[in-house]
Amino acid sequence: MGIETEFGISVPGHPHVNAMATSSAVVTSYSGIAVGDRRNRTRWDFDEESPLRDARGFDMSRAEADPSQLTDEELGLANLILTNGARLYVDHAHPEYSTPEVTNPRDAVLWDRAGQEIMVEAAAAATREGPFTIQLYKNNTDNKGASYGCHENYLMRRATSFSDIVRDLTPFFVTRQVFTGAGRVGIGQDGRGAGFQLSQRADFFEVEVGLETTLKRPIINTRDEPHADPERYRRLHVIVGDANLAEAATYLKMGSTALVLSLIEEAALDEDVVLADPVREIHAVSHDPSLTHLLTLRDGRRMTAIDIQRIYLARAEKLARRQAVVKIDEQTADVLDRWGTVLDDLERDPRTAADRVDWVAKLGLLEGYRRRDGLDWEAARLQLIDLQYSDIRPDRGLALRLEASGRLQRLTTPEEVAHATERPPVDTRAYFRGECLRRYGDAVAAASWDSVIFDIPGHDALQRVPTLEPVRGTRDHVGHLLDAAPCAADLLESLRGA
Amino acid sequence: MSTQGSEGQRRASRPEQDEVDVAMPEGSTQRDALDADVDAILDEIDEVLEENAEDFVKSFVQKGGE
Repeated sequence: MGIETEFGISVPGHPHVNAMATSSAVVTSYSGIAVGDRRNRTRWDFDEESPLRDARGFDMSRAEADPSQLTDEELGLANLILTNGARLYVDHAHPEYSTPEVTNPRDAVLWDRAGQEIMVEAAAAATREGPFTIQLYKNNTDNKGASYGCHENYLMRRATSFSDIVRDLTPFFVTRQVFTGAGRVGIGQDGRGAGFQLSQRADFFEVEVGLETTLKRPIINTRDEPHADPERYRRLHVIVGDANLAEAATYLKMGSTALVLSLIEEAALDEDVVLADPVREIHAVSHDPSLTHLLTLRDGRRMTAIDIQRIYLARAEKLARRQAVVKIDEQTADVLDRWGTVLDDLERDPRTAADRVDWVAKLGLLEGYRRRDGLDWEAARLQLIDLQYSDIRPDRGLALRLEASGRLQRLTTPEEVAHATERPPVDTRAYFRGECLRRYGDAVAAASWDSVIFDIPGHDALQRVPTLEPVRGTRDHVGHLLDAAPCAADLLESLRGA
Repeated sequence: MSTQGSEGQRRASRPEQDEVDVAMPEGSTQRDALDADVDAILDEIDEVLEENAEDFVKSFVQKGGE
């Protein structure tokens, strides 16, 4: 699994500065302060990005291309691969960070938080080096009609039918907002309606299923670029979520969604919870902070979002028990426990979830200001609180202030986050990508999710190492080869022999 | 009462009407404690909020993304 986050970017006092230029400045500034002198020159290999390409055909001998053909310079947008296996780049006039591939929700939180810290450093460096103060926000809308995403990716078995995914996943996505919502002041895409809603993103969803990500956004996205062997895998690209500041919310979002995907793969959701009108309901759930709205199912039943979440939770618990060899693994048990607890808390009194759920924490601040200063929902100060909640600077970001004072749970430590800004997870192919960059950065010409391309002195042709299997290239798998190879040429020799 | 999932018993006390006030029950000591905590954090936030909220919010204009 993994998370891609587009950050909001602002230059206070200069609203008309070109956002692509400032986003590029952020990304390139990070390369200037990054560890390792070669990282800033390691390019993203767009060759792997074509959804039409047959990803099975690559091998080392095929890579005869001139290095210039593998660059992204024609696009003029900064695009880096980091030693932690992540990608840092510019997308749609936003700086974006994609975590390396991880195997579990705890690691997703860790490398997502690492990306947030990288963005803090990058924006500070761009501000030091450039003419403007650049501020970044981990949110999903400017409240004037524009939205930008925080996408989740999950590896699934290709054999699972997509229609099963659509049927069984849609009600989960419509209702998980009760704990994944980041909160928003304003109703409607342009935020002009007065009031508060659970989700930054919900109002931007207009259809049930589709390929689009930038307009007519679908609850279930059909993009099919597995970045892996397409015969075996599907990458489920989830665009419906909010970017979370609360680590506990990111953890539960990734963990519960992964468990529901297992339910679908195992055909273990034995209850039909199909909604009569999912698009209408995703808006209605978001617009109801009392959490009492009754959704209408296709079969005529009516239930709350929490009721529907409990159906998924109960089936996920049952499946986990069935699959467990001795007992349910620790992290799965923890996700199930937190999922049940947050639903109980939200039902009893949502405010009791303020230490884990972004919308609840944000609403608590907003209600505090409303009470103390007599503000109505149109007040600019409430909109500022909504925005500044997601400011990623530790001294200015309101969520980070809540976290620092112990009001929002933190699951990571600053030390492990610092480590994760430089080192990859050890149990996916990101380990191979990140460690090659860290150890042999000078010899890495380009890389992508499913390849690392070497430029070895004395060889005319570039040498491509495909990494189409996401759970190969781990420390267990290649750690000894890396340790035994003082240079990239030695590594390639041993890979050929392996 | 809505149709419930298999864990319905746990929520027997849930209000029956479709819509209820957003406001939470008043008067509990827990509520007072929460309010006091919120007031403390508001004082802290007052110190770090951007100047001129209206201009700041107005000038936060983004290009759409994915």
